[in-house]
Amino acid sequence: MKITIKKSDYEKILAHARKERPDEACGLIGGVDREDGVREIKKVYLLTNVDHTSEHFSLDPKEQLAAVKDMRSNGLRPLGNWHSHPSSPSRSSQEDIRLAFDKNASYLILSLMDDANPVLNSFHVENGVSTKEDLEIV
Amino acid sequence: MKITVDGDVKEVKDGITISELIEQENVETPEYVSVSVNEEFEQRANFDTRKLKDGDVVEFLYFMGGGQ
Repeated sequence: MKITIKKSDYEKILAHARKERPDEACGLIGGVDREDGVREIKKVYLLTNVDHTSEHFSLDPKEQLAAVKDMRSNGLRPLGNWHSHPSSPSRSSQEDIRLAFDKNASYLILSLMDDANPVLNSFHVENGVSTKEDLEIV
Repeated sequence: MKITVDGDVKEVKDGITISELIEQENVETPEYVSVSVNEEFEQRANFDTRKLKDGDVVEFLYFMGGGQ
């Protein structure tokens, strides 16, 4: 699947992830699935990592609910989530795969392992298998 | 009666419980889903007994987490 994210939204999550280090940062993505098959992220949400650790993240359910409501009021739908890996590559960890319960979601992972060269990838996870999506920053 | 589920208005039987709604909606991995009714999160222990009312607004939210 092709998925797009605006450069300004990419920069928004990058800044938030850097600010939250050494903890993992996380949030939601909202947007639309276009008729041409492209998944377009139209808004990113910066949520609290209630785990407050460098190795795990959990979204705050109340913030999650508020974000989903905001998406609906803006004609968007929840497309998935994003989180940072402060010191590991941009790939789905075993824990990421184990906790990916929504097979319709896109899971974005931002690696800050090389701070000068952050890497953002998107993954589809189904039946315990993580597949990289075709993410484009536009 | 009519309730709103994840933003969509749906006709359901009177007095449907949260557990019955989860089954009716074919919610996958329900053990990892939080349920809010009118913006209040319901405790899982009450899913079998909490009956919904006409006009209730229900949201299913998947737990989202992971780690590097």
